[in-house]
Amino acid sequence: MTSLAGAPGLASLAGGPLGGLANIASQPFLRYAFIAGALIAAASGLVGYFVVLRSQVFTGDALSHVAFTGALAALAAGADLLVGLYGACVLVALAMAALGTGEHADDTVIGSVFAWMLGLGTLFLTIYTTSPAGSEGTSGVNVLFGTIFGLSAGQAVADSVIAAGVCAAIVVIGRPLLFASIDAAVASARRIPVRLLDVVFLGLVGVTAAAATQAVGALLLLGLLAAPAGAAQRLTARPFAGMWLSGGIAVASIWAGLLLAYAAPALPPSFTILATATGIYLAAIALTQNGRPR
Amino acid sequence: MVSADLAGAAGRWLASAPGSAVPTWNLVSDIRQMLMFPFMVHALRAGTIVAVTAGALGWFMVLRRQSFAGHTLAIVSFPGAAGAILLGVSVSIGYFAVTIAAALVIAAAPRSIGGRARSSESAIIGTVQAFALACGALFVSLFGGFLNGVTDLLFGSFLGISSGQVLVLLAAAVVTLALLALIARPLFFATVDPDVAAARGVPVRLLSAVFLVLLGCATAEVSQITGALLVFALLVMPAATAQRLTARPALSFTLTIAIALATAWLGLGVAFFSAYPVGFYITTFGFAGFVLASAWREGGRLVRRRARRRTPSAVVAAP
Repeated sequence: MTSLAGAPGLASLAGGPLGGLANIASQPFLRYAFIAGALIAAASGLVGYFVVLRSQVFTGDALSHVAFTGALAALAAGADLLVGLYGACVLVALAMAALGTGEHADDTVIGSVFAWMLGLGTLFLTIYTTSPAGSEGTSGVNVLFGTIFGLSAGQAVADSVIAAGVCAAIVVIGRPLLFASIDAAVASARRIPVRLLDVVFLGLVGVTAAAATQAVGALLLLGLLAAPAGAAQRLTARPFAGMWLSGGIAVASIWAGLLLAYAAPALPPSFTILATATGIYLAAIALTQNGRPR
Repeated sequence: MVSADLAGAAGRWLASAPGSAVPTWNLVSDIRQMLMFPFMVHALRAGTIVAVTAGALGWFMVLRRQSFAGHTLAIVSFPGAAGAILLGVSVSIGYFAVTIAAALVIAAAPRSIGGRARSSESAIIGTVQAFALACGALFVSLFGGFLNGVTDLLFGSFLGISSGQVLVLLAAAVVTLALLALIARPLFFATVDPDVAAARGVPVRLLSAVFLVLLGCATAEVSQITGALLVFALLVMPAATAQRLTARPALSFTLTIAIALATAWLGLGVAFFSAYPVGFYITTFGFAGFVLASAWREGGRLVRRRARRRTPSAVVAAP
C-alpha cells in the first residue's frame, strides 16, 4: 500500500498535457485509479442522490464508521480486507433496514452505536498493528483516508465489477424507488413493494460505502455520497435528470481530483477529490442562490 | 501531542509494559501502582475535568437534540489539531480556535423548515464533515511522517498529557462551566419550550448561539482525551443513559456527570493495565451503560404493561 501523499515515483507533467495523459495511460496504477474510481464514483453519485432524497445522510455516516471497523476486523483476523469491508457494510445496512431508519430515528441511539463501532475499530487496529502480520502501521490510516493510487489489479477489477453492478441495480429499481421515496403511502397503494425496496436500497448503500472506502476512505465517503447529490438537487428539480447529474458530478469530481493529485503529488488524492466535489456543490449553491427555481 | 519529558516517561512505561503493569486485582495496590506514574496522574486529572464538562454540556445537547451539531464540531477539531501541528503552534489552540469558529458558523446558519429543505441541509452537513476530515488528511500529509500521531488525534491517547495541558483544560473547563451555570435556567426554559420562552422575552437565538460556542469548547476539550472521532462517547452516552433512567432534570443532570466520571476513570484505569487503546474502553463502558439503561427502561415498561393487563379495572379506576 502506498503512503498518504500519493504513490511513490509520480512523474510530473513534464511533457505538457498530452504527454501527461499518455503517461497516465501507461502507468497501471493510474489506469486502475481512473477506471475503478469512475465506476465507484458513478455508483456513489446515483446511490447518493436517493440517500439525500430520502434524508438518510446520517445512515450513510453510520455505514462509513462500520466500514472502518469491518475492514480492520478482517485485517486483525487475518482475512482479506474486502471480505470484512463488504460483509460488515452490507450486514449493518440490512440490520438498519430491519430496525427502520429515517428522519424519526433516535439520533442519540445512532450516535452511541457509531461511537462504540469506532471504539471497536480502534481495538482491531491495535490488535492488527501489534500482531506480527501487521508490522505496517499505516493500514488504519489507509482505511480511514483511502488509497486510490494503491489499488491492486485484483481489487480494481473487483471494485469495478461491484460498482457497475450497483449502477445497474439503481437503474433497474430507479422508477419504483423514486416513487416510494417521494410518497411511500401512495406507492404502496399502487402495489409497489415499499418495504422490499427499502431493504434493497440500504443493501446497495452498504455495498457502495464499502467500494467508496477503497477510493476515498471511510471518513470521507460521506462527502462522495452527499456533495454531488446535493449539488444535483440544487441544479434541477427533475428527478431523473438529477440522478444522472449527480452521477456525472461524482465522476467529474473523481477525475478532476485524480488529475490534480497527479499534477501536485503533495496533495493526497482523497483531499483533491473531496475539494472538487465540495467546490462543485458551492458553485451550485451560488448559481441557484438568486431566486432561480430549483 | 506528546511533550518531550513525558514522552520519555511514557516510553519507559511502554517498554516495560508487558511485564510490570499487570493488575494484582488488589484494588488499593493497583491504584497505587497506577498513580506512581506522573503521566497517569495527569491523565486522570484531565479525564476528570473533561468528564465533568462533557457531562454538563452533553446533557443539554441531548435535551436540545443537537447531537449532529456536536458530531460536526467534534470532527472539525481534527483538522484544527492537525493544522496546529503543521503550523507549529500549540495543539490546544488549534482545537479551541477551530471548534469555536465552527460553532459560530453553525449558529449563524439559518434554520430551515420543511422536508425538502431539511434533506438538502443534511447534504450540506455531510459535505462539511467530509471536507473538514479531508482538510485534516491534507495537513497530515503536508506535515508528513507522523502517522502514529494521526491515530492519536482521531482516537485519543492518554500517554502524552502534560501538566501544562491539564492547566489549560482546567481553565477552559472553569470558564465553560461558569458560563453554562450563568445561562442554565433561561437555556433550560428555551430548550423545553422555545415559543413560550421567546414570548416571555428570553433571547432564544442568542442563547442558542452561546450554547453552541460552549459546546464547541467542550468538544475541543474532550477530543484531547478521546480523539476527534470518539467525542460522542463522553458527550452523548452519559446524557442519553441518564435521561433514560429518570425524567427529573436535576437528578438526571447529576447522574449524567456521575456516569461520565465513572466511564472516564474506568476507561483510563483499565487501559493502563491493558495493551488496547483508551478510546475502545471509554466507548465500550459508555455503550454498556447505555444498553443497560435502555434494557432497564424497556423492562420497566413491560412489567407495568403486564401488571395493567392482569388487573385492568383496578389500575384504570385508581386515579
